[in-house]
Amino acid sequence: MSEQRLFSRKNPWLWGSVGLVAAVAIVAMLIGFVWMPYSQSKKGESLWTFICRAAGTPLSAGPTLIPTTPPARPSNVIVTAQTMSADNPEQSIGRGGTLALRCSMCHSTQGKLPLAQSTIPNLAGQNSLAIYKQLRDYKSGHRVSAIMQPMVESLSDQDMRDLAAYYASLPVIRHGGTPAVKAPAIVDNGAPMRNIGACVTCHGEVATKAGAPYLVGQPQAYLRTQLMNFANGTRKNDINEQMRNVARNMTPAEIGLAAQYYGSQ
Amino acid sequence: MLNEDTRKLILAHFWVAFIAFVAALALGEWQMYIRSPLHSWIQNPELYYRSVTAHGSAMGYVFPTLVAMGFGYAISELSLKQPLIGRRWAWAGLGLAIVGTLTAMIPVSMGLASVLYTFYPPMVGNPFYYIGIVLVVVGSWIWVALMSINLHAWKKANPGVPIPLPMFANVAAAYLWGWTSVGAAIELLFQIIPAALGLKTTIDAGLARVFFSWTLHAIVYFWLMPAYIAFYTLVPRAIGGRLYSDSMGRMAFILFLVFSMPIGIHHLFQDPQVGAGFKFLHAVFTGMVSIPTLLTVFTITASVEIAARLRGGKGALGWLKALPWSNPMMLAVAFSFIMLGFGGAGGLINMSYQLDFTVHNTQWITGHFHLIFGGAIVIMYFALAYDLWPHLTGKALKDIFLVKLQLWLWFVGMMALTFPWHWVGILGMPRRMAYFDYSNPAIAPEAFAVIMSFFGGLLLLVSGILFVVVLARGHLTEKITLPEFRFSQAVHEPSRLPIALNSFGLWLALMIGLTVVNYGLPISQLLAVKQTSVPVVPIGAAR
Repeated sequence: MSEQRLFSRKNPWLWGSVGLVAAVAIVAMLIGFVWMPYSQSKKGESLWTFICRAAGTPLSAGPTLIPTTPPARPSNVIVTAQTMSADNPEQSIGRGGTLALRCSMCHSTQGKLPLAQSTIPNLAGQNSLAIYKQLRDYKSGHRVSAIMQPMVESLSDQDMRDLAAYYASLPVIRHGGTPAVKAPAIVDNGAPMRNIGACVTCHGEVATKAGAPYLVGQPQAYLRTQLMNFANGTRKNDINEQMRNVARNMTPAEIGLAAQYYGSQ
Repeated sequence: MLNEDTRKLILAHFWVAFIAFVAALALGEWQMYIRSPLHSWIQNPELYYRSVTAHGSAMGYVFPTLVAMGFGYAISELSLKQPLIGRRWAWAGLGLAIVGTLTAMIPVSMGLASVLYTFYPPMVGNPFYYIGIVLVVVGSWIWVALMSINLHAWKKANPGVPIPLPMFANVAAAYLWGWTSVGAAIELLFQIIPAALGLKTTIDAGLARVFFSWTLHAIVYFWLMPAYIAFYTLVPRAIGGRLYSDSMGRMAFILFLVFSMPIGIHHLFQDPQVGAGFKFLHAVFTGMVSIPTLLTVFTITASVEIAARLRGGKGALGWLKALPWSNPMMLAVAFSFIMLGFGGAGGLINMSYQLDFTVHNTQWITGHFHLIFGGAIVIMYFALAYDLWPHLTGKALKDIFLVKLQLWLWFVGMMALTFPWHWVGILGMPRRMAYFDYSNPAIAPEAFAVIMSFFGGLLLLVSGILFVVVLARGHLTEKITLPEFRFSQAVHEPSRLPIALNSFGLWLALMIGLTVVNYGLPISQLLAVKQTSVPVVPIGAAR
């Protein structure tokens, strides 16, 4: 027996076992990667397309379903002070509350997350116009998010209004216990020499502009990410580049200060 | 005969294994109780998942690994008839396993790692839990190396002689475990532990699940190996028969070695990150792995028939009456085969892509793996421990009645536990739930079955305690002079074997080659795709 060689062409066990396993694998692959996907394929699909799909590497599904770059035209949502006037606000809030159940996985049942490092915005008490505009922009692809776009896909215009009304009706919850910090200059005064308006002139506390969100109590990480996205042009759904012009002119330190201030309020 | 120090080594492995087993058994029964209609809601589901994590980790990683290791050392010395090489390393391996178990169980019992023994990223718990599990696995790798070293030393001294079947099977089990544990080791070392230590804040959960599936199915075959070794090499001798075919045994273990690992994606049938083609491929190879079990059922039934005919059994089925039914080993193998039959049939349902949809993540699955592992396999662990015990202690086991009672209780308990589980699974009861509202009219009809399975669990707990009582009492009787330990003899003992049936090179090459074919693309593709990581979900962190 010792004179037998295992890895030798004369050993029938070698080619027998390897051949048998290879045969099973090849037949299974022909069924799994060619026959079954072929029987389920759409007309005109190439062989390579459905082999790749069966292997878990789809060639084309991702980009066509969810655009990863916003359209070139600016957001088409026109906001006025009257945009959100509802015939029956009570009913709208009620319907919105029901619809919001599907949002609670990320935005919590209270519309408010306790984590400062969250990259998900708090919605409790948010300006209804701001929520409505962002939902519309997600739906049209002007604001890009692989998570939010599928979520808003099925929402009607009325659904978006109801959701906005519901979240706006919730009380703003501030980070309890933090003593009031003095706002940094960028928040209170802006930087006039660099054409940066003060945050407070649009985003609450002093004044609010239609369509601009309240920033008080938003998670620090979320605010920082959004300002960076405006600055580097990843986010483009601000009409006339209002926010992009501001964010581009802010220093990273100012972005950090502003985010920290609003996040701590 | 076993060397005195080897006896101590094996006894230490077995006792640690059995203590972990009984502790985990008690936790399991507590879980059955608090989520049954017999108890009101415990309010804090975290306690339940803490218990499930401890139960799964002890039953999945500690108990079977230590049984396989202890049994493996015994086989090496008894079948090769040479002193165990590397005994100090073996003690070190056991030490690592014990330290690892304690390291893992402290954070689990503090509620810092209630992630279940399958880890389920993106959930991430305390790093010491994972480090503890890694230590247990590293301890077992020492055993893998020692089994290989002992075999090679023997082959050098006995050129051309067929490897005794027990050792051949034992080394196949060791190689299988060495390769199959690599998947979870990669997942732990490169994905979970960095996240648990706070070095990373995101984790690719889909990729982690693919790596875990590499381990998750073949680990079951590693658990199963000691039971199958007992089928082939202890049962025929214990009931006074002969092994029907030695070569068939070798073939069965070779087929396990080749096929049991590259099939794990059948655990991911409902996972979107793996392509349907690979799911089908793995389903086909899962079907292939039923062949060694069918071979085993045939061979062992034939061997048992030989025993019956030697005892004067007649007729096509009349020989069944002539079997030594008062022999514990006979009872154990009969119970094991019944449970293997039902569990295997359920397994064929699980491996079918379409049928799996109806039972996926239901209590059916919990029922399935308890029936196969806790039933068919663990009852053979009992049997092999009873068989070896006098040779470890030097004393006779005298409580034959208690032994039989224990086996009966385990069998009846396991049936009463798992059949209702399968049933409520078909009704749609999900698994991994801490609480069910049985006053809900949709769930109320399941209450009776859940109560039944609670009582099944109670029988199992009694049986488990009885098992350690019998073994402990085995230490207390007077010393006897032992006959030489014998493994089963085959009808035709092999004198010459084709080299393929007497070596592992070809089969290891096939095992690794098949892994590359079945896992290569899914893993490399998931590694290549960007933005597939998600934030970790810390478990046990302060809120």
